[in-house]
Amino acid sequence: MSALLGRLFLASLLRRRLATALSLLAIALGVALGLAVQLIHAAALDEFGRGMRLIAGEADLQLIGPREGFDESIYPVLALRPEVAEASPLLVVEARLPGREDSLEILGVDLFRIARVQPGLLPLASRAGDEDGRFAALQPHNVFLSAEARTRLGEPQLRSDGQSAPPAIREGMLWVQSGVRSFALQVAGELPGATGRLAVMDLGAAQQHFDRVGVLSRIDLKLAEGVSPDAARMALAPLLPPGLALRVPEAAASEVGALSRAYRVNLTMLAAIALITGGFLVFSTQLLSVARRRREFALLRALGLERRELLRGLLAEGAVVGLAGGVLGVVLGHGLAMAAFQMVGGDLGAGFFRGTRPQLHFDGMLIVGYLFLGVAAGVAGTWLPAREASRVAPARALKAGEAAHAGLPQARGRPAVGLSLLALAAMACLMPPVEGIPVGGYAAVACLLTAAVLLLPQLARALLPLLGRGQGVSWRLAHARLSATPAQAVVAGAGVIASVALASAMAIMVSSFRVSVDDWLTQVLPADLYVRASSSSGSGYLDDAALARIASVPGVASVDTTRLVNLRVSDEEPLFSVLARPVRGNWGLPLIAGSTARPAASDVPPAWISEAAADRLRIGVGDRLRLPLGGQMREFVVAGIWRDYARQHGAALIASEDYVALTGDRRINDAAIEVTPGAAVGQVAAALRAAFGAEHVTIALPGEIRAISLEIFDRTFLITYLMEAVTIMIGLFGVATTSAALATTREGEFGMLRHLGFTRSDVGRLIAMEGALTTGLGVVSGLLAGGAIAWILIEIINRQSFHWSMELAVPWAALASFAIGLVLLAALVARLAGARAMRRSAVLAVKADW
Amino acid sequence: MRTARLGWGGMAYLCRMVQRARQLSWAAASVGALMMVFTGPAVGQIAAPAAPYPAVVPDQPLQFPQDFGAHPDYRTEWWYITGWLRDEVGVERGFQLTFFRVRTRIGEDNPSRFAPRQLVLAHAAVADPATGRLRHAERAARAYPGLAEAVEGRTAVRVGDWFLAGGEAALAGYRSRIEAEDFGFELAFDPGRAPVLNGSAGFSQKAPDPLNASYYYSRPQLKVSGTLKLDGRTLAVTGHAWLDHEWSSEILPEGARGWDWIGINLHDGGSLMLFQMRDGEGRAMWAAGTLADARGEARRLRPDEVRFEPLRYWQSPRTGARYPVEWRLHLADGRILHLAPLMDDQELDSRASTGAVYWEGAVRLREASSDGQERETGQGYLEMTGYADRLRM
Repeated sequence: MSALLGRLFLASLLRRRLATALSLLAIALGVALGLAVQLIHAAALDEFGRGMRLIAGEADLQLIGPREGFDESIYPVLALRPEVAEASPLLVVEARLPGREDSLEILGVDLFRIARVQPGLLPLASRAGDEDGRFAALQPHNVFLSAEARTRLGEPQLRSDGQSAPPAIREGMLWVQSGVRSFALQVAGELPGATGRLAVMDLGAAQQHFDRVGVLSRIDLKLAEGVSPDAARMALAPLLPPGLALRVPEAAASEVGALSRAYRVNLTMLAAIALITGGFLVFSTQLLSVARRRREFALLRALGLERRELLRGLLAEGAVVGLAGGVLGVVLGHGLAMAAFQMVGGDLGAGFFRGTRPQLHFDGMLIVGYLFLGVAAGVAGTWLPAREASRVAPARALKAGEAAHAGLPQARGRPAVGLSLLALAAMACLMPPVEGIPVGGYAAVACLLTAAVLLLPQLARALLPLLGRGQGVSWRLAHARLSATPAQAVVAGAGVIASVALASAMAIMVSSFRVSVDDWLTQVLPADLYVRASSSSGSGYLDDAALARIASVPGVASVDTTRLVNLRVSDEEPLFSVLARPVRGNWGLPLIAGSTARPAASDVPPAWISEAAADRLRIGVGDRLRLPLGGQMREFVVAGIWRDYARQHGAALIASEDYVALTGDRRINDAAIEVTPGAAVGQVAAALRAAFGAEHVTIALPGEIRAISLEIFDRTFLITYLMEAVTIMIGLFGVATTSAALATTREGEFGMLRHLGFTRSDVGRLIAMEGALTTGLGVVSGLLAGGAIAWILIEIINRQSFHWSMELAVPWAALASFAIGLVLLAALVARLAGARAMRRSAVLAVKADW
Repeated sequence: MRTARLGWGGMAYLCRMVQRARQLSWAAASVGALMMVFTGPAVGQIAAPAAPYPAVVPDQPLQFPQDFGAHPDYRTEWWYITGWLRDEVGVERGFQLTFFRVRTRIGEDNPSRFAPRQLVLAHAAVADPATGRLRHAERAARAYPGLAEAVEGRTAVRVGDWFLAGGEAALAGYRSRIEAEDFGFELAFDPGRAPVLNGSAGFSQKAPDPLNASYYYSRPQLKVSGTLKLDGRTLAVTGHAWLDHEWSSEILPEGARGWDWIGINLHDGGSLMLFQMRDGEGRAMWAAGTLADARGEARRLRPDEVRFEPLRYWQSPRTGARYPVEWRLHLADGRILHLAPLMDDQELDSRASTGAVYWEGAVRLREASSDGQERETGQGYLEMTGYADRLRM
């Protein structure tokens, strides 16, 4: 059998190299993409987890709270509890490095505590020769750097504006920023036990330097012997002020994993589509190949080849293509993951794992799993043609005339199944998300696609009579043929439908999204200039003095401020953003419900929540919102809901004066500036830079912020653009192979036409027209399905995955030119693919029939 | 460039230095030498020099209970309790408990409560002849209100759940509790009499140069009662103890190699404290003492009135150090005292953690009476330092 297998079946793969290569490539792409997404995520999570473990050390529980930290008064309370053997307080500062775009995580630690809880953070002084080396780790100006931090910060940084930023470490001093002021710390040694980019300094000094006196970011607890984390949590939880939570250190990694899950599932779905199209490609090439070898198989059967052997041989062909594709895909997937680490880091461009430098790991089970998927795609694609070929009675197939009917599976439209699938899709849309994953939405998309394919014959019957009949012989022939056998259109059109549907759906969704983001950016950025000292959790900030300095710059008409803090609304939820700023003024609020007016009759201050917050917390306008601010649970009334594309986990906006009154926190992250009429924005920006030192603040024009945001947007969707191109190529290839297959089986028919006076080019035109017509039907069906899928993507999948709403914006012109282009391309492809069928002389072709 | 492990190690070093300081018992800690504030380029916004350590000067009368409390301006300070415990079946054991306070002169302008202005360290040990060696444990922390602190005005020192408290009034007692892995104790101490001032009314000179001095008083003949935990067994104990409280700023004299110190509760109700400081050749550089009667009337012993004579050596199998575990003590009035240990191996070997190696143990004092028979006349503690190899830095 194996020799037979090799000569008869596998050799046939070599004969059609291009087709085999393309199917193989499609499978490889699907496997690679899926594997890469998984590898990148696993590595990033692993790296993140390692970082967490290093910082958490041997802690059994961690006390966590707002990212900006919490009042340290809980520290002695916990430290003295009998359940707690050791409590290690930490202040985590994301230190801004003046002039540079990267930052450095500085951990303020209590040296006497980390030894028993986080030994990996123990510093090693490099100046032991001096007497002060003994106390180096307590000296307020000393900082200890991990090897990676030391290397990276000792080098200049190429900024996104193309300029080179100086090294953060110069002459043994590390320059950092607090507020709008920079200062130097002595690099006094290293952290031999630490990996990643990390610095450690004395906790008291960190509190003083970064103006965080009285504030801790975390307390890591080592529990007394015999006390379980659960028991300790039960006992300690009642002591905690609102907004603080105790959790096991591993929970941090799973929280991050949960955050990025929706994004990953989306990418994995794209990979699945690639794999399915790969399978489809195998299907159409096998179909062609089986049609061509029909008589060969019949002869073999007549010579004694078992039906089962034939089936097995053909399936083996598919399996080999799938396996080869899988192997290539696994290699490609690892390459992709590696390249992604190099270019965008472990966050897949989505910002979930900022700052981690993951390592690629080989996972045998994962590789085997994806190889199996590749083989499965190949075998599944071969299944139908193989079954069909093995079922044909050899005697019938040997008769030449049979070829016209039997070469292709006689796919029938199944209107009942198609319609019930449509109904199923509608029902799936009503399903709530499962753990943040829009399972129903994905199911609806699958149902819709299948329904579109199954209903194609019905569509053909409905549409074909509408097309004119009078245009000439070739047109009438093509028209008549399709009208008579709409089922054949299914085979040729299925690939087109799937690819057009997916491509148009993505195009509509991305276009809607982009238009909405663009609108949103215009709305939220109405001021002339924006000043920022550092990102929300960074060490740079603006205070009252800095604001006064801004206001005194000539040309500044008004200044509005934003304070951004990240809280924990509950133990389970990830961080929740609170923005404190004026509700009206230099900042826009893209409301979709409620109003910006302060509710008159409310006894509690108002809050405006983002869509994500409304979805996650299940609250609406008029409801109460409780936020742990300033160590107490505060109540707000929801006055409006706004659209927010920036914070997927939810945000609430409260008035600056309410925030300051509740917390006393007067820090500012961003200032929005309106310039006086007639003043040059550029000059005001220059004056602001001069006032603070260009390295201490980032000054941006709304146009720049918009351009950068849209660039990030486009980069995020780059992978989907790529996938679109691939699916369309695969769809076209499907047209080509089916046309070729049809042409092969219709050689006799074409010969007859030649005898009746058709020229070769007339036949070519006929094939092209048939191709165009079939594709046209597929395109129409695909566009209909695509529109519906786009709606599902926008209203179900995006809403449930990311809690983002958007306005529908259909790119009509692009879709139309895409559709027309595709039909023309299909005509061309069909003509080229059918060329082989026309090459034989008319006499021979007709003769063969008898 | 040599590197030194900080953190546990660095802190260990600190403990070691403080230990060494205490081993002098009265000498101003060498810790101070390590406290010199780094004088590199002015960095950060913290550049204000901290106030200097106050000097220890004579003729500054001690005031109680105020001076039972901490003196945070001085460089180092300790409350040092040693004593003998007897359980209900009559087994005798020694114990030791020390709290140190160290002013670092770091972060004194820092409003943060975490600024390491003061460090508090503690050390505890039990000498059980059945074990044959010391059990010991230590704690260290930066001072933080409520967690680790040495307060002023009364004796109240704590590191986490280890504490020593009392001294609210001149005759008030003390309480302490420590809990370590294989031992622990909870004890109450009753003084019954006023403190004994050492040196010149509490001004205790450590070397020929009066700059090397400390403020130093002792509370001998403390009546002890409470519980002792050994390997999970809890024993009711009674006994007697000795508390030293001492604070100072100046560093040790040049050339000091080690020191020997005793604090003995005499059976007649009196007390005897003696010390000598040795140079590199083992010669006494300085010696002094205080002899008090049962009413607390103290007589100061000057350098020429005290002489230490080693009688018998014991070599540590762990460190190889040879300690003179038996001594003959010569006092100026012609009295000759004989010092013998509760057990030979009372070496405190904490090389695995803090790295300090010295001998600190329970001893019996014997004296030949007029009939020529030698009888036990007191029990107390002997401390010997500078016998082990030079400490690794």
